[in-house]
Amino acid sequence: MLKVENINVYYGAIHAIKGISFEVNDGEIVTLIGANGAGKSTTLQTISGLLHSPTGSITFQGENIAGVPAHKLVSRGLAQVPEGRRIFLNMTVEENLEMGAYTRPGSEVAPHLERVYALFPRMKERQKQVAGTLSGGEQQMLAMGRALMSDPKLIMLDEPSMGLAPILVEQIFDIIKELHKAGTTILLVEQNAQMALSVADRGYVLETGKIVSSGSGKELLSDESVKKAYLGG
Amino acid sequence: MVTFLTRLINGISLGSVYAIIALGYTMVYGIAKMLNFAHGDVIMVGAYVCFFAVANFALPPLAGVALAMLVCTVLGMVIERLAYKPLRQAPSLAVLITAIGVSYFLQNGAQLLWGSNNKMFPSFLSGDALSLLNGDLRVSLVTVVNVAVCVVIMLALTWFTSRTKMGKAMRACSEDKGAAQLMGINVDTTISMTFAIGSALAAVAGVLYMSSYPILVPTTGSMPGIKAFTAAVFGGIGSIPGAFLGGLLLGVIEIFAGGYISTQLQNAIVFAVLIVVLLVKPSGLLGKQIREKV
Repeated sequence: MLKVENINVYYGAIHAIKGISFEVNDGEIVTLIGANGAGKSTTLQTISGLLHSPTGSITFQGENIAGVPAHKLVSRGLAQVPEGRRIFLNMTVEENLEMGAYTRPGSEVAPHLERVYALFPRMKERQKQVAGTLSGGEQQMLAMGRALMSDPKLIMLDEPSMGLAPILVEQIFDIIKELHKAGTTILLVEQNAQMALSVADRGYVLETGKIVSSGSGKELLSDESVKKAYLGG
Repeated sequence: MVTFLTRLINGISLGSVYAIIALGYTMVYGIAKMLNFAHGDVIMVGAYVCFFAVANFALPPLAGVALAMLVCTVLGMVIERLAYKPLRQAPSLAVLITAIGVSYFLQNGAQLLWGSNNKMFPSFLSGDALSLLNGDLRVSLVTVVNVAVCVVIMLALTWFTSRTKMGKAMRACSEDKGAAQLMGINVDTTISMTFAIGSALAAVAGVLYMSSYPILVPTTGSMPGIKAFTAAVFGGIGSIPGAFLGGLLLGVIEIFAGGYISTQLQNAIVFAVLIVVLLVKPSGLLGKQIREKV
């Protein structure tokens, strides 16, 4: 589904991503784990077209999408839930969801809304509420619901557990598993390596802009160096 | 009492025109996060287009207004495309200076094309629409039209931004351009649309302004432009109801200051009020508290 080959990203003089390559197959959950500043979010933003890599290629469903502007990728089936959620705080829950379906024809909005409301009943209760008044967990659900409104083939989640209480983290991961079951391919970026690896089919470990190891979720969970660095012993 | 009411009505009439201009300022600021100081000069271009359409080509006034709106819409989009779009990533100071440059460019361009001597703008709307209090209080047709047009524009914009897909996309862009792009919204198109709407409004405002102050010169737009900018900041820049309220208040303050204090100090008082408001409430009357981004 997605194949990233040898991308490099620079912030001015800083070489943030140093020749990363990885792939995500149809129906998989793949996770990128690593410490703060390892380049996880930068990688996602490069795939979604917000940042650009002067080298390499990004292939999505057989087409090279490197250099395609971000707003044109949504209709190709790529959605991103950005780090920090970035929902539209002054708009209502329903308006946020409508924005998620911006590229879809008007007739598809209602069925997609139904689907998202079924997945997140809390959002239905709050549909007329201004998004800025939601709690952190609800905002994360809204951000995920908003991305699902475009009916994506691949959804990229950037730190969905950030800043949430453990019980909410569980809920968010339950939803990730549900989406996976329904056939959505997922690329998950997490600092919470334990949670991420336990749901992921495969994972890659990022350190200062490079992939230092990879394997199945189970393998990485039991890998000594991963345990030491990311799983608290 | 009659004097007071007359001044109040005149103030609301002038304020309605400021409000229409301020809406253009505030929408562009809300979405492109830039102060388009050339906005006032778009008003001037609109006024000239309407003037020539009516005076030289004998078009009916409404057709003149429509033509002015069309020309200004295109002008606004061209200015944005050529002058501001290349600076999307530039520091805001560069954009501000460019906007001032565009302002002078339009003024001098107008002088070159149409000369610097005064043109008397024809009055489309003469006479009184209403006569109240046994004829002591007269409300001119100009006033009625100014207020009506302003209210209609305000309602239309509110409907547009809260009910239409494009309008909602504009609000999304004004909050977070990156997130808007991730929704599939083309931010460049949205900004261009905003300039188109703001400039069309400027054309309408230009014609209305000329109905009260009919002397047309290439610098005609700068004073109402700067006043409307003041009104937008006064009401809370970026806020559509704020621009409406700020425009009306500024018009009333200006007429009262001129009537009760001194016509020479009129403008100084208007700007002094702005300074006081900004000292007390820096985000303007209806402005939102600026969130720190972390």
